[in-house]
Amino acid sequence: MDDFLSAAISIAFHGVALAMVLYLISVGLSVTMGLMGFVNLAHGAFAMAGGYALTTLMSRWQLPFALALVGAVVIVMLASLVLERLLYRRLYGGGELDQVLMTMGLVFMTVGAATYFWGPVAQPVQPPASISGQIHLGSRDFPTYRSFLILCGVVLVSGLWLALERTRFGAQVRAAVDNLRMAQAIGINTTRLFALTFALGSGLAALGGALGAEFFPIVPGYALGNLVYFLIVVAVGGLGSIRGPFVAALLVGIADTAFKYKAPELGAFFIYALTMAILLWRPRGLFGHA
Amino acid sequence: MAAVSDIAAPGVLDRFAHRHRFRLAEALPWLATIAAYFVFPDYLSLGAQILATVLFALSLDLVLGYAGIITLGHAAFFGTGAYAAGILAANGWGEPITGLFAAALVAGLAGLASGAVILRTTGLTLLMQTLVVAAMLSEVANKASRITGGADGLQGMDVWPIFGQFRFDLFGRTAYVYCAMVLLLCWLVVRAIVHSSFGRSLTGIRENVLRMHAVGSPVTHRKLIAYTISAALAGISGALIAQTSQFVGLGVLGLERSGTVLIMLIIGGVGQLYGAFIGVPLYMIAQDRFSEIDPVYWYFWIGLFMIFVVMFARGGVLGLSERIWRARRKPS
Repeated sequence: MDDFLSAAISIAFHGVALAMVLYLISVGLSVTMGLMGFVNLAHGAFAMAGGYALTTLMSRWQLPFALALVGAVVIVMLASLVLERLLYRRLYGGGELDQVLMTMGLVFMTVGAATYFWGPVAQPVQPPASISGQIHLGSRDFPTYRSFLILCGVVLVSGLWLALERTRFGAQVRAAVDNLRMAQAIGINTTRLFALTFALGSGLAALGGALGAEFFPIVPGYALGNLVYFLIVVAVGGLGSIRGPFVAALLVGIADTAFKYKAPELGAFFIYALTMAILLWRPRGLFGHA
Repeated sequence: MAAVSDIAAPGVLDRFAHRHRFRLAEALPWLATIAAYFVFPDYLSLGAQILATVLFALSLDLVLGYAGIITLGHAAFFGTGAYAAGILAANGWGEPITGLFAAALVAGLAGLASGAVILRTTGLTLLMQTLVVAAMLSEVANKASRITGGADGLQGMDVWPIFGQFRFDLFGRTAYVYCAMVLLLCWLVVRAIVHSSFGRSLTGIRENVLRMHAVGSPVTHRKLIAYTISAALAGISGALIAQTSQFVGLGVLGLERSGTVLIMLIIGGVGQLYGAFIGVPLYMIAQDRFSEIDPVYWYFWIGLFMIFVVMFARGGVLGLSERIWRARRKPS
């Protein structure tokens, strides 16, 4: 009984930490897909870019962790604004196939570019000493960094919810998700709204990629290799919502940790089976619009 | 009977009757295939790989170009076929032709089973499901290492001579002819399907699902049949690659393979039956040439090229040449 409880606590802890990273990376993808109807398979590339920017800023420019983190997010947001303007905007409302191909092309480009600049080996991310090591809580030890991840996640999720529910910008996003043409008709500048949302989502992905290097190592094949994970969170959660991916990330994070801990010989098989079952039961995801 | 032809305009019935007559231009890819055998005797192994991959792209064209199903998981069936043929050959049954049939059967069943489940959904959810099916099979192949060899790949395949006569040689001569023959047969099958009334109804589903529902066409049913046939063809293609290279690795089920075959088909042109014959050789020969100079950065350039195609050259090589053709004819 004691063993079971200990295992359950451990699974819950690590699962929630993984879920926070998954959520940070995927929430932007969910909003872009819901808002603009854009199948952005290159979203993982922004997360990877965040990771690479963080390690480069820390190792080559000797910036402290917190500053480098902010720098990485800002760099990726700016880059995503440029990409949105040059490429994405031309395909809004276009065919799904064109969007899939264009973003797939972007993914392949990032694989080549990352290999060119950083080589095929995973880039190490060294968190500062203040958030490394272990925390003693009662009779148990928890890794400090993962506790920090959970804390970060909780703060950001609350901030995001408040922003979407309480600010003018949030109201505009919700209006545009619900009915794009009506939103345009009452004078919401959707072009600007799209660009801002896209940059915000990319920035969050960069943050998730930079913080979550422990779970998803920073390698050139990042965007391709982890695409299934990010898309699962979005599809299971439902497009265009920020609550859906949160629940989905928790579900995937905890289930994945539990299965890998309890039945490593089956690997990620259960996660895929679970995803298929949920999508059959609710094709638009748990919180998708009917 | 006479009344019917009186009513219809004379040209229309003729056009329908001759719609699937063989045209001269359709012989071009086959003439090129034969010519390549004599012109490039040192590259026949690559040639065999190209021919097998053309079949893979052709199978994708059937679901993507005709039935309009966007899939990122077609490697699932390619890999299933490759493993089916590979496991047979590694366990004492190396007869290649029956190996192909077995691969087609297993991959077709995988297509039928997964299609029956996932084809009820559309759009992004469907795209996701195709991805998940491939990821699931890849995970199975990875973990069932006692049968599949896992991450190390399947070792010890022993493929027998074709008809007990033609050994697979080092230069790839047998492999080339073998792949060309299988591709020819499969192409005839796909061609017949596309030009049949069943093929027409697939195009109808791609163009306007609602209307097809309205005229009483069993849409899901038709999609499922097309998906199953396509999966079986992809399985044959995978089996060809496995038999000619005598090795099966986990990569046959990967997202990378699904993505690249999609790109090859797009480069050639979707939904025109011949896009695969143009896109696949272009891609694979370029990759082969390029990898001698600069193997790592191939992906960068192919990605850039892909974006270029989407932005400026929709319809691929076939679409582009058609537009140039039309533009030149207009002034006269």
